[in-house]
Amino acid sequence: MIYKIISKAEFKRFIDALVRSNSSFGPRMVDTDSRGEAVYQFQPVSSVDEIAFDYTRTASSAKHFFLPFRQELSRFHFHDDDWDQKVSYEADPVVLFGLRACDISALNILDDVLLNGHFPSAYYLAKRKNTFVIGMDHLPLPDCFCKSMNHHTVPTGFNLFCSDIGDEYYLAINSSKAFNFLREFETRDPQYDENCRLAERRKLISSSFRTEIDVTGLPAILDIEFDSPVWKKWGDKCLSCGTCAMVCPTCYCYSVEESFESDLQSSSRQKRLYSCNLVDFAAVAGGHNFRPKNGDRLKYRYYHQHRGFAENANQQICVGCNRCGKACLAGINPKDVINDLRLEKDTCTTSVSSSPARS
Amino acid sequence: MNQQGLRFEKLKIASFDFTCCEGCQLQLANRESTLADFLRLIDIRNFREISSEQHDDYDIALIEGSISRSDEVERLLAIRRQAKVLVAFGTCACFGGVNSLKNRVSGEAAVSEVYGEIKVETLPVRRISEVVKVDLSIPGCPVAKEEVERIIISLVTGSLVTLPKYPVCVECKAALNTCLFELGEICLGPITRAGCHAVCTTGKTPCLGCRGPAEEINMEAFLHLVKERGLSRSDLQEKLAFYNAFDAFTP
Repeated sequence: MIYKIISKAEFKRFIDALVRSNSSFGPRMVDTDSRGEAVYQFQPVSSVDEIAFDYTRTASSAKHFFLPFRQELSRFHFHDDDWDQKVSYEADPVVLFGLRACDISALNILDDVLLNGHFPSAYYLAKRKNTFVIGMDHLPLPDCFCKSMNHHTVPTGFNLFCSDIGDEYYLAINSSKAFNFLREFETRDPQYDENCRLAERRKLISSSFRTEIDVTGLPAILDIEFDSPVWKKWGDKCLSCGTCAMVCPTCYCYSVEESFESDLQSSSRQKRLYSCNLVDFAAVAGGHNFRPKNGDRLKYRYYHQHRGFAENANQQICVGCNRCGKACLAGINPKDVINDLRLEKDTCTTSVSSSPARS
Repeated sequence: MNQQGLRFEKLKIASFDFTCCEGCQLQLANRESTLADFLRLIDIRNFREISSEQHDDYDIALIEGSISRSDEVERLLAIRRQAKVLVAFGTCACFGGVNSLKNRVSGEAAVSEVYGEIKVETLPVRRISEVVKVDLSIPGCPVAKEEVERIIISLVTGSLVTLPKYPVCVECKAALNTCLFELGEICLGPITRAGCHAVCTTGKTPCLGCRGPAEEINMEAFLHLVKERGLSRSDLQEKLAFYNAFDAFTP
């Protein structure tokens, strides 16, 4: 890692040059909600003026730049009595500006699952390698709980990360590409004063969290609370609409569909991001549904998020952005569900008798 | 049509309109990019919008519209006797559709409002399944040609015919739309069957549920959410009743 200091004005010139000459996406205000709050999304940008540098959080994560909502995996062509298959991993280079530390952590988690596992995904790799990721730190929003998940800072997974230290940005340069791009712009090595300001900035971020979730021992609690009434309670509220998984930066579950083209001479296999909350997520051939109840499906989403599956070495994959909680129309959010589980656990331990009764 | 040693037969198809705008049938002639290929999959035996030739030897009958006259009942029964597969085609056929608004007033009041002194025979509006057995439903106002094409291909190739079971929210989120509830509107997206690519909500128009309820919707939670947000109950009822698709769930 190389560290540099750049003035905010110079940084904007750099970003402007970058986004003008590349297919680029950054946070833009798309709406104002009924409470008067701005709604942001990662959208195409062609000049620095279009970027909302002071954005809060995008309603949807940056996941779909790497795992598109719908993606063609292969295409088949039929001819005579034979057929051939075409698979393409091509990805156009993209600049993605303004990701938060938790968003980049989410990419690192996806790397773990999709690149470091037994079956690496070439589709994901192509997009990951061809995306130039620029991170930006920010002061936590009232409902951010990434600190609880230890994702409020990120050491890797980006090309460039900028920390706001007043009139300047403290840049962490993590790729030769970023270093070479920056050569044409005026930067300097950080001095003692800037290092202090970076430390202060990090301290300020770290001390500004207003939402905390106690996740210590959570995987074990989830195992113990498999049959907890908490799942029915929250499941009864769930609309099974899949919104949580769609906006989540780490939910990567998908379905695969194969379909003929109208000429019946070709067909395609497509992957679609799916959600374990959707009614037919666990439906199989013959019509049996392994998870017919809302509560069961909700439970498995929490299991995947907070207990982890084997493919991710049983690590929690939630990064604490609370996009799911913000987007959920039914008011289901990780903080309340997990606190409920802990409460359930506490009640159990205090009410259970300490030793078997004598007969 | 030969394919990998399999022989596919063209579908002998007929399209009929009842109480409707005939917009769904017109969708069959839409999506020009694949229209020629699509037409090669079907043998149109009866379809007054595109051909004056009329034959009665069809296997698949697409029924557009709801039933609101006694002569329509007779015609539908005759079609049912001929068709091997009868398809409720579009929202009016599947649920009654906008026409069902008529059922809110008496038949006489409806006739005098529209036709004045002229005597017109009319019945309360019924969906197709209230009159004859329906084998397959393709909802939508209008139907989505892409989905029709997919289903026709499934019928030709003998594969499973499916509709999305989940609600519109999935497709709306994939379009990166701002939730219309966040903008203070009541939207039926969370309880309505997907497959429309969230076309209305992408245009910032709340979903009115033309595709009917998604599978196993949580109506109680939906009603709670509308109430919790302080949104208008009459607006909700108006939207739920718009296509008559949620009558089974209406409070």
